[in-house]
Amino acid sequence: MDTSRNALEIMDLTVAYHNKPVLWDVDLSVPEGILLAIVGPNGAGKSTLIKAVLGLVPAAAGQVLVYGKPYPEQRPLVAYVPQRGSVDWDFPTNALDVVMMGLYGKVGWIRRPGKNERKLALDSLHKVSMADFADRQISQLSGGQQQRVFLARALVQDASLYLMDEPFAGVDATTERAIIDLLRELRSAGKTVIVVHHDLQTVTQYFDWMMLLNVRRITSGPVEQVFTEENLHRAYGGKIAFLSSSSSPPAEE
Amino acid sequence: MLSSFIFDFFFDYTFRTVALGSLVLGFVSGTLGAFAVLRQQSLLGDAVSHAALPGLVLAFLISGSREPAVLLAGAIAAGGLGMLYVTMITRHTFLKQDTALGIVLAVFFGFGMVLLTYVQRLPTAGKAGLDAFLFGQAATMLVQDVVVMASLGAGALGILVMLWKEMKLITFDPHFASTMGFPTRTLDVLLIILTVVAVVVGLQMVGVVLMSAMLVAPGAAARQWTDRFNKMVLVSGLIGAGVGVTGSVISSRVARLPTGPTIVVILSGVVMFSLLFAPGRGIHFRTRIRKKQRWQFAAETLAVHLLNHEGSPEEATENSLTALERHLGWDLIFAQRVARWAVVNNLVSQTDGSLRLTSLGRETAKKVMVR
Amino acid sequence: MTPEQIEIILIAVVVAGNCALVGTFLVLRKMAMVSDAIAHSILFGIVVMFFYTRSLASLPIIAAATLTGVFTVVMVEGLVKTRLVKEDAAIGIVFPALFSIGVILINRYAATVHLDTDVVLLGELAFTPFDRLMIAGHDMGPRALWLAGMVGIANLTFIALFFKELKLVIFDAGLAASLGFSPLVVHYGLMSLVSVTAVSSFEAVGSILVVALMIAPPASAYLLTDRLGLMLILGPAIGGISAVAGYFMAFILDASIAGSMASVTGIFFTAVLFFAPQRGLVSLMRRRRRQRLQFAGEMLLVHLSRHLGQPEEMEESSIEHIGRHLRWEENFGKRVISHLLHQSLVRLNAQKDRLLLTERGKTLAEERLGN
Repeated sequence: MDTSRNALEIMDLTVAYHNKPVLWDVDLSVPEGILLAIVGPNGAGKSTLIKAVLGLVPAAAGQVLVYGKPYPEQRPLVAYVPQRGSVDWDFPTNALDVVMMGLYGKVGWIRRPGKNERKLALDSLHKVSMADFADRQISQLSGGQQQRVFLARALVQDASLYLMDEPFAGVDATTERAIIDLLRELRSAGKTVIVVHHDLQTVTQYFDWMMLLNVRRITSGPVEQVFTEENLHRAYGGKIAFLSSSSSPPAEE
Repeated sequence: MLSSFIFDFFFDYTFRTVALGSLVLGFVSGTLGAFAVLRQQSLLGDAVSHAALPGLVLAFLISGSREPAVLLAGAIAAGGLGMLYVTMITRHTFLKQDTALGIVLAVFFGFGMVLLTYVQRLPTAGKAGLDAFLFGQAATMLVQDVVVMASLGAGALGILVMLWKEMKLITFDPHFASTMGFPTRTLDVLLIILTVVAVVVGLQMVGVVLMSAMLVAPGAAARQWTDRFNKMVLVSGLIGAGVGVTGSVISSRVARLPTGPTIVVILSGVVMFSLLFAPGRGIHFRTRIRKKQRWQFAAETLAVHLLNHEGSPEEATENSLTALERHLGWDLIFAQRVARWAVVNNLVSQTDGSLRLTSLGRETAKKVMVR
Repeated sequence: MTPEQIEIILIAVVVAGNCALVGTFLVLRKMAMVSDAIAHSILFGIVVMFFYTRSLASLPIIAAATLTGVFTVVMVEGLVKTRLVKEDAAIGIVFPALFSIGVILINRYAATVHLDTDVVLLGELAFTPFDRLMIAGHDMGPRALWLAGMVGIANLTFIALFFKELKLVIFDAGLAASLGFSPLVVHYGLMSLVSVTAVSSFEAVGSILVVALMIAPPASAYLLTDRLGLMLILGPAIGGISAVAGYFMAFILDASIAGSMASVTGIFFTAVLFFAPQRGLVSLMRRRRRQRLQFAGEMLLVHLSRHLGQPEEMEESSIEHIGRHLRWEENFGKRVISHLLHQSLVRLNAQKDRLLLTERGKTLAEERLGN
């Protein structure tokens, strides 16, 4: 099996909190250049999967390869967008500064970011239409704007694989639009994007691949193959009767 | 008064020592305190300072010396041990950090008091030096104390400045930091160690019991004055230094005024002032803004109402205050006050009790209606 | 033992029991550091009233100190509500301020206030038998014992009356509110009790060590059981035993009684932390090792069952592949496999290079997947 062409390869990944399994023996192959949604009910382990890939939670077993090599060797190729609620937005800093943090890894130890980094960060803010807010204290941004700042921070990392944890959660329509445009832009630039997504209704419009997860992987693949009533039923149990009408094939963009 | 202070600074040995010492110590604890406040670990300092007491006394008991370097080494060791214990409790049991901090704080301190009361009964006891560590006694500072503490503090600050962006990053978003390959846990421990050093360094000035305030208060006050990280840490350091010097000097001049409590009272004043009057964030500022917004909103409502009826047959009746009472549900007094606010702000003009929009008022009303 | 000694021990035991009783709720509600805040800030109320009444065990002092304690909580909550500071910083600002004013007052008016800072930090348990409650010329025993006893009865009454409500507020404040129990009433009731208990313990153990008595015994009890009723018995029992043991420790070392009591609560906690039958670190480590093996075994079963009948089954079930893929140490892998073979959850194929699920293994794997 040639795994080196895959952006991400997860094999037999198991994660447990206090011996209670959160992810069971999960396999996933993500080819390069796709937009993949990880979908599943609450408590399915969607965020945990991303965190385990990034080494933020310890894996009890299994292996993660990024472009064919273990993640720690490939860190610069991976950018992460955490959930918006994971930080204190009252932190004394502005939007530009948060985006610059995305460059700290490249700047290296002890050295300070300089003019060049400032420029890169501004460009990145521009891409998410937030350049006008560069000097704004982050607590004075709306939820959607904060999310876009986080996206800009990931963009500035200039990675090949983007992992995003619920970027659509609680954002306004403008931001949702902006994120989608951005995801497509990334895809046309040959990047791979994996998004934890909670909204089944929009999966078919926004993404080309999806993974159904509920502690173990139910299935994954191109949306038109995976998004079937039967699969959804297996992931969600009886809880999604309302969806059967909307399980239409994905619209062509 | 001022000239005598300046005179003393150059010629009075005690005064100079106390002032210089407090300046350095206040700056170090203020700086690191800003990090503690932002990391929501304000109470950590409380536990560290209390936990330092047994180390201090044991160092004296074992070495028999009152060398500041020896005592501080003991204090740092005990403070560090306390933190280690807190980490162990929270990592391996379901007990929360507040419980772990409470236990370490009180139990270590209790053990320290056992040792202290034991030492005080020894015939050889040079106990005066140790007592000063409870509530702080700036006046007992010697030049050699200041030198030791200043070098420790400078070392801590040096490391902090060197790892500035890393420390900032783990304070704001530790998970993100670790995805970029920074050893978050090691940096975390390092920052705690630096905090322990800052606490220990300030002990002789503020004392074990109140040292935590020296960490928390400058940071909490500084946060109100600026929205920038670098500035906040600097302001916090300056507040620590300023209040430290002021409190130490006052307490060394006035009889029976322990240094620690004096500093804390002044600090609390600074915090209160900052919370109330800091521009942008302060409570006073925010109430003013909110009040203004309320009047603005009412005046806009009034303008829209007037615009709606402008040029219509009923205009003559609708632009009176009584019409507002009827149509907008305002009582007459409120309507009068809104009208007055609108007049003052040039949104309407008032002649013989009837209100007319000014051109600015018309613009405003149109804008509001589009919104 | 002299009657005085017995009285001292009795007071210590009752005080420790009281503290552990209210402390249980603080630990469970993750408010342990609130005990630190209340115990410090009540000094302010005590000192102010002390100018008028002269005895610690008097009603006006208790009332004033309780008010100060509740005031502290209100202040902290008020500060948090402004959203200008976080809760930890708010606590760290409010109590040092009130405590400092108390200490300064004591120092400034040392001549008139018969209190010194040693009492503040350590209490004066040894002197409590000399302050006696006289009613109509009859000696009713030490005043402190009466006070502690009354507070104990008040605590017990409150807890007995509101047991259900307290339990609900601890575990689900939202639900409690929706059921019509006002969490606020229970909250402030509890805060008043903590304050009253802190004042009544102040004379015996001072304002810092009371934290040890309030937090360490309930935390120890929590590691031993998670039933609230049992915790409420175990906590005070541990507190009481610590008090007696602490008294003798102090007697032998000729050191502070309160400090010794706090030390013993710490020793007790540490012992429980390591050796508690279910939750102690030792049994935890042992269980983790066992569970790791069992868990790994189940993981392997699930792995095998997932690839059952799939084209890749041959490869996925080979022993060599398993070792490589699950990234186990060679020895650990061997132990897991022999563990499974031993329980006949798997068997080897004829070539002995692949693992095959037995029927039992299949059932177990499906069960594991199903949950």
